[in-house]
Amino acid sequence: MLKLSNVTKRFGTHTAVNDLSLEIPESEMFGFLGGNGAGKTTTFRMILGLLDKTEGEITWQGNPISYQQSHLIGYLPEERGLYPKLTVKEQIIYLGRLRGMKKHDILQKLDEWLNRFKVPEYLDKKVQELSKGNQQKIQFISAVIHEPKLLILDEPFSGLDPVNVEMLKQAVVDLKNAGTSIVFSSHQMGHVEEMCQHVCILQKGTPVVHGSLRDIKKEFGKKNLSIRGEFSMEFLKDYPGVTSYKALPEGCTLHVDNEQVAQDIFASLQGKGFVSKFEIEEPSLNDIFIAKVGASYE
Amino acid sequence: MNKFWTIVGHTYFSRVKSKSFIITTIITLAIIVGLANLPSIIDMFSSDEDSSENILVIDETESYNDYLQNGGLSEGTGIDFEYFEGTEEVAKKAVMDEEYEGLLIVTTDENNLPEGNYYANRISEMGEQVEIEQILQQLKVIVGTQQAGMDQATLETIYAPVNIQTEQLDDNARTAEEMNQSRGLVYVMLFILYMTVLIYGQMIATDVATEKSSRVMELLISSASPITHMFAKIVGIGLLGLTQIIILLGGGYFAIQANADTMAGEFFEVMGLTNNNPVIYIYAIVFFLLGYFLYATLAAMLGSLVSRIEDVNQLITPMIMIIVIAFILAMTGLSMPESTLITVTSYIPFFAPMIMFLRIGMLNIPFWEVGLSIGILILTIALFAALAARVYKGGVLMYGKSGSLKDLKRAINLSKKE
Repeated sequence: MLKLSNVTKRFGTHTAVNDLSLEIPESEMFGFLGGNGAGKTTTFRMILGLLDKTEGEITWQGNPISYQQSHLIGYLPEERGLYPKLTVKEQIIYLGRLRGMKKHDILQKLDEWLNRFKVPEYLDKKVQELSKGNQQKIQFISAVIHEPKLLILDEPFSGLDPVNVEMLKQAVVDLKNAGTSIVFSSHQMGHVEEMCQHVCILQKGTPVVHGSLRDIKKEFGKKNLSIRGEFSMEFLKDYPGVTSYKALPEGCTLHVDNEQVAQDIFASLQGKGFVSKFEIEEPSLNDIFIAKVGASYE
Repeated sequence: MNKFWTIVGHTYFSRVKSKSFIITTIITLAIIVGLANLPSIIDMFSSDEDSSENILVIDETESYNDYLQNGGLSEGTGIDFEYFEGTEEVAKKAVMDEEYEGLLIVTTDENNLPEGNYYANRISEMGEQVEIEQILQQLKVIVGTQQAGMDQATLETIYAPVNIQTEQLDDNARTAEEMNQSRGLVYVMLFILYMTVLIYGQMIATDVATEKSSRVMELLISSASPITHMFAKIVGIGLLGLTQIIILLGGGYFAIQANADTMAGEFFEVMGLTNNNPVIYIYAIVFFLLGYFLYATLAAMLGSLVSRIEDVNQLITPMIMIIVIAFILAMTGLSMPESTLITVTSYIPFFAPMIMFLRIGMLNIPFWEVGLSIGILILTIALFAALAARVYKGGVLMYGKSGSLKDLKRAINLSKKE
């Protein structure tokens, strides 16, 4: 279990991360959300020990993280970086050995991963000859080749086409199922919503929402309502408990405060005409994010 | 420790195998071997022609043929005089047809002393006429003294060099002969240290900046600590430098040995490499290593501050200036090793590796002075290593506008707790 207790990081007078406490259980996927400069990368760097924390404590399985455990930790930095002039093979051997692996094992694993990503022909290619998306696959392999117990992925899916995103996503899920604790940040709410059990939304270094996704949604309370019918629904705009109203060609979508409001609306629709659809939806993470942070960046 | 050697190995082998390293080494080696074989090469090109100059002489009075014809005064000078019986015009024609190098017409002036006119197709500043002038001067002295009634033996006594005996009263001082013996060795070591620090210091700074700009650095320091990484890099590049120096020195040594009959003995003697006192070689290695580590640490620190390779040069310029100053001081010190300037600078860390070694080579200095200088150096290296480690830790994560020493402070702040 990765545990952050009251972690604070200040750069001079600027507070990058403020009193962050988290627990990330084993074999779980934890999502970090937040706008640019919210403190995600700083938090990751503190977990890895690249930056010293100003206050607080970070432990993993009860011990502070040091370079002695680096063979158990995998990291995909936000700014991708590989040696442009080395071949994929040389590159991964070097990085793998720094994570305490033997050359023989590295080559075997590398072969498996290249085949999985359907790019076995890149083994002896120089990194600078690869496309950006393919470089990212290699970067990903360098983060997971040593089968880490804790994997930190900073924006793993940015800049990939949908096919490659699916491929990488599947790889991440498989790693999680194999027992790796994964922490990742993303700009894509969809990815986080789909993959993570726990999330944390950071705003200017302060966690504004944090917990299991289901609890967050329940606690958030608000629901999305989508109605389709062949009559005017203008009256719902000023209905008590409706926070937003958006007209569609045949019906509307609403944000309502809670489920009770939805039930009231359902009752008031009686006799107005034929309702072909009446659906209560869980709010999306994006809705929560907008509500909490006050701005969307998708 | 394992990671340390992994990084050392990677740094070393990726460079050693690189084309630029192999090509530079081969070209430099070729130049060294070429220089060593220069006498043979020159001989090869000039073997088919007589190297001495053939000069026609018209001496109408025939009063100097004892001195000018068949050797005589011209012996060993590279000038071959040939008496010519014909007219001046015919002789000039022969010179113009390049059958002869020149024409010398010797006449006698009113004081009954010889004088000459020299004709050649081209008269150059340092050509054969300098030697001809000297020969005529000798001739004039001989004729003049004979006229004055002085005999040859008296003349030789006068012209013999004055006899001066030198003896040193201070037993600790080096004799001039000993100094000359060491001078070559000191010069070689100073030059190697200078080149090494310049070339490999720059290489370290560039290497660090490259890893930073390609952003692979963050990955590296998440696997191994920045301090391990920095020292591994310094050692790796150091080994690379040693490889190159050993290849070049070895190549040079064998090339000179191969030409032993023509030059080796003389060369080694001139360079002071016959000095078999092993202590001086040990000091050479000690000061070389200390000098390398001091400047390499500095270079790594500076390299970690920039985020673009283009900024490396700008930032390491101050360091290069210091090396150049140290080298100039050392070169000056070769001719006056006892001056106060040299004594003082031999304790200043950035100059000490070169200048203290110079003093050791050129003078007999008490051990405590050497020990003090080494102590100061080691202390400085330790201080710089500690500072560099701090800067490096922050610097490698620092991106953005860069290229000035102000970034030092930023980097240290970044590596601090707050």
